[in-house]
Amino acid sequence: MAETIDDKIKNYRTAPFDARFPNTNQTRNCFQNYLDFHRCNKALSARDQDVSPCEWYQRVYKSLCPSSWVGKWDEQIENGSFPGKI
Amino acid sequence: MAHPTLLGFQDAVSPVMEELLHFHDHALMIVFMISTLVLYIIVAMVTTKLTNKYILDSQEIEIIWTVLPALILILIALPSLRILYLMDEINDPHLTIKAIGHQWYWSYEYTDYEELGFDSYMIPTQDLASGQFRLLDTDHRMVVPIESPIRMLISAEDVLHSWAVPSLGVKMDAVPGRLNQAAFIASRPGVFYGQCSEICGANHSFMPIVVEAVPLEHFEKWSSLMLEDA
Repeated sequence: MAETIDDKIKNYRTAPFDARFPNTNQTRNCFQNYLDFHRCNKALSARDQDVSPCEWYQRVYKSLCPSSWVGKWDEQIENGSFPGKI
Repeated sequence: MAHPTLLGFQDAVSPVMEELLHFHDHALMIVFMISTLVLYIIVAMVTTKLTNKYILDSQEIEIIWTVLPALILILIALPSLRILYLMDEINDPHLTIKAIGHQWYWSYEYTDYEELGFDSYMIPTQDLASGQFRLLDTDHRMVVPIESPIRMLISAEDVLHSWAVPSLGVKMDAVPGRLNQAAFIASRPGVFYGQCSEICGANHSFMPIVVEAVPLEHFEKWSSLMLEDA
């Protein structure tokens, strides 16, 4: 499983079609991947496991989310005011 | 691109726009034929000396002018629905570009690999170089590779805008806090113009969009150059 994740990350071109978000409004797609990246990091590092699989979510949210949104959310996480649950 | 005597659509650059153009030709031809027929009938009715006060009904013609319009509507609906579903097909994009509307310029982000972002301002009329188009050319163009499915994600930072490029067949509202997806393929190289399509303040007419479609190698060279300059 880890090898295929690494392959997927290595051959990453852009965020693939996600059937959970088939419509025009991709706002949730961006936000969900941002959340999943941080949750993945938190969960894997809590068990002292390798966090490299989480890079997939990072690549996807970096592709999809406007940089201003990412900057704002990163700042909110740093000062503890991020509205999502991680 | 648009020119002063343009009557129809601009030449299509994406396959979807080609379909839309041909469908419009088809629907418009039907409309012209119906209008011509009606106009002919009106003129004929008005200019005839013949009168007949005794026709009460006619089953045959009633059937014809009920069935024929229904058939015409089906003839319009079938290609229309075909294109509608074609536009909704799941495609596998090669590249994602974000276009973000501001008052009064667009900013483009290419973040699949590196963090490339830049603003695109209209060139003021007094600063136009020879050969550039007034109110249409910008300082930086959105460069895309040809023949690659592109995913556009459109949003805005302040008020509503709309990202439109007619020759690509794309128009998508830019809504603050929302990420709208549109897709296109540039089938041939060239430079394609569009303008902001949602009223957004004083300079709404002065924040155009320029897309430059180039072969992949040129796109790669351009993106390396842009990253260096940033």
